[in-house]
Amino acid sequence: MKKVVSIFVAMLMAFTLAGCGGGSTSTKSNEGDLSGKISLNGSTSMQKFVTALGESFKEKYPNVNVEAQFTGSSAGIAALQKGTCDIADSSRALSDDEKNSGLIENVVAIDGIAVSINKANKVKSLTKQQLADIYTGKITNWKDVGGADEQIVVIGREAASGTRSAFEELLKIENQCKYAQELDNTGAVVAKCAATTGAIGYVSLDAVDNSINTMELDGVKATVANIKAGKYPLQRPFVMATKGKISKQNKKVQALFDYINSDAGQAIIKKVGLISAK
Amino acid sequence: MTSITAKKTRISDNILLALIGICTFFSAALIVVIIVYVFSKGIPFFKFKDLISPQSALTNPNGLLGNIINTLYIILGTLLLACPIGIGGAIYLNEYAKNKKFVEAVSFATEVLSGIPSIIFGLFGMIFFGELLGFKYSILTGCFTLTLLILPIIIRSTQTALASVPESYREAARGLGATKWYMIHTVILPSCLPGILTGVILAMGRIIAESAALLFTAGSAYLMPRDFFSHFLESGGTLTIQLYIAMTNAQYGQAFVIGMILIILIFLMNALAKWITKHFDVNTKE
Amino acid sequence: MKYSIVGSNKTTTREEKAAAYIFIACAALSIIAVVSITAYMIISGTPAIFKVGLVDILFSTTWQPTAGKFGILYIILTSIIGTLFAVLLAVPIGLLTAVALSELVNEKLKKVLKSAIEMLAGIPSVVYGLLGILIINPAMYALEKSIYAGNPHHQMTGGANLIAAILVLVIMILPTLVNVSETALETVPQHLRLSSLALGATKIQTIFKVVIPAAKNGIFSAIVLGVGRAIGEAMAILLVAGNAVKAPWPFNSVRFLTTAIVSEMGYSQGLHRQVLFTIGLVLFVFIMVINIILSRILKKGEEDD
Repeated sequence: MKKVVSIFVAMLMAFTLAGCGGGSTSTKSNEGDLSGKISLNGSTSMQKFVTALGESFKEKYPNVNVEAQFTGSSAGIAALQKGTCDIADSSRALSDDEKNSGLIENVVAIDGIAVSINKANKVKSLTKQQLADIYTGKITNWKDVGGADEQIVVIGREAASGTRSAFEELLKIENQCKYAQELDNTGAVVAKCAATTGAIGYVSLDAVDNSINTMELDGVKATVANIKAGKYPLQRPFVMATKGKISKQNKKVQALFDYINSDAGQAIIKKVGLISAK
Repeated sequence: MTSITAKKTRISDNILLALIGICTFFSAALIVVIIVYVFSKGIPFFKFKDLISPQSALTNPNGLLGNIINTLYIILGTLLLACPIGIGGAIYLNEYAKNKKFVEAVSFATEVLSGIPSIIFGLFGMIFFGELLGFKYSILTGCFTLTLLILPIIIRSTQTALASVPESYREAARGLGATKWYMIHTVILPSCLPGILTGVILAMGRIIAESAALLFTAGSAYLMPRDFFSHFLESGGTLTIQLYIAMTNAQYGQAFVIGMILIILIFLMNALAKWITKHFDVNTKE
Repeated sequence: MKYSIVGSNKTTTREEKAAAYIFIACAALSIIAVVSITAYMIISGTPAIFKVGLVDILFSTTWQPTAGKFGILYIILTSIIGTLFAVLLAVPIGLLTAVALSELVNEKLKKVLKSAIEMLAGIPSVVYGLLGILIINPAMYALEKSIYAGNPHHQMTGGANLIAAILVLVIMILPTLVNVSETALETVPQHLRLSSLALGATKIQTIFKVVIPAAKNGIFSAIVLGVGRAIGEAMAILLVAGNAVKAPWPFNSVRFLTTAIVSEMGYSQGLHRQVLFTIGLVLFVFIMVINIILSRILKKGEEDD
């Protein structure tokens, strides 16, 4: 249900974005005039995307600096509400409260959460239930899910992480997880899974590299195609929230959203391993 | 016990001696192991190009120039703030102060300040300089925070240096009719400059190595400065912060390269401080 | 000074006065800094205590910020136990190294050893953390696997546990212990050593029965400084300790006061953030107690002299 809603919202936002883009292209003739900074704050999961976006945006608008802090989704949203940043990066959908406070959820991309395991691990697939049981401590050995006799090292993210809240929410195991390690960074989870034979972890799809294996869930591989088709269960929106509609934002912020919807912006989304919200 | 010529070795003595040997060897071997390990892991990833090019998520993920510049900014900014305050404070304590209670209070405060862990400075810097005074995540916030952190080092080394100036200098200057401040800035400060400088260099080492106090104050950005002064108001991560970021991102190659650079820098700082101390000793003997 | 023979024009007096006022302000800044840090730690650390309740914060073991449960008892215990064991391990090593430096080795070797210890002290704590992740954690994982193989009651941590963190802390506080105890040993007057040797005691007996007892104040302050350093260290143990909030058993993944702040401060908001400041306040209280003990020792040392 949530998934359907988020995809619907994503599409809606994409249309809105496209609309805005069309509206402001006329004013874009004098690109050199834009100057100053756009400040972003939020999700660490979106770091790769946002820094890449900022850099290529700066190539087009050399006088605009995209200043991004990566303090976590909730902190970013709080900063936006306080007005200390222009855009909040959130790797989860906004809550109703947040939307009621006047924030607009602009979904710019969709991310899959991959379940990562050590390369030596022979287990290829889990059901959602098994995954939930592993994280809640009901299953503690890989042999119970068809693997070798090896105890499971349950690795997760710190409490305020967008990835963690999305993961726990999607599996409906909020606040029930028994973590053996809580790391404060996506890359650290990848590294621990690569170094620890019994490990299991969850990371953004774009952070997956060939040092780890990813797990099939209910027989579905974590791939772009499967996420786009809505088959892979662990997926979430990447939101760049604004206070009020995009059309109400300053020229620089509008230009940034236009840029995201341009071909160059969409290419960046692909390049960092995300799925276009369009 | 029975003979005064024949040496009787005691077993417990030998055991203790062996233990001392083992512990000393352990302490000394640690640094060798650490340096060898860091360098052996870092050298394969070291590229000179990374030192002279800024980081870019798209084209140059390992560039360090931005962080190197930030480190210089933080060193410069912090020393510009801490040196006058620290040296001034020490001058007051050693040359002016008459109220013993006040001197004791300052000494106690300095001691407390040097005992506070950097994470507490980080928290204080974040809420006081960052939020209350509104400097947000910026190099300036980082400089303010680190100023408090290195103040005790500067004060103490200056005090030691001032104390080592022979009383006869002061008497001579006073005898010639020099006023206090005139005497301090023409006679005393020049003669203890090397001692102060040693403290400043040690403080620089501390700034370079600092991470916990900077993470929530200066932040972790790696962008190049747009212009000299406005960069102080922008977020900027030092090399050590970048090492932390690289470590949590599991980019161990970059982490070891930075570790290597930091170890070399710390070694140079220590060597320089020693060289000055030695130079200074020669001066006093003359 | 007003009657100086080189001339006492008004500008000089004004300059003199200004200099004196500036210097007193500089000196006062240390006090102002300590007072404002204390004030701000209390101001930002107490609101959460009132909102959550003192008992629910300090004496509850459940840390689930997303569910509104903020018990930090395990975190406090971890910091205490971790520090205690790190100091217990590091003190003998540090003291014996200091003994070797001050009493046994020749000048040349002493210079080399002292430079080595200085380097050890100067290396950034994140570097120790890096080594902890890549050397100590895998070693601990191997140990953990061999001890707890097939034991369903133990949650495997992958080697990130209390012991690993303690080992890193030992290395971190070693230079402090060596340097401060060495200074203490050096200040023991030579005549004590000579009289002991003259009475027929061996060198080792002299060291352990005369020199170390004579330097006990200095050594004690070295230990207290070590405690302060260990309890305040954050970055080196952040990733090494595993960071899950568990009881401080050797093979459990644990979270310290310091690492609790670092790992969640950037991401937290609202009450959760305020509780992190409360953790900061708890840490600050520990540090202040340690500082007060230290200054008592130093004062006592002065009185003894």
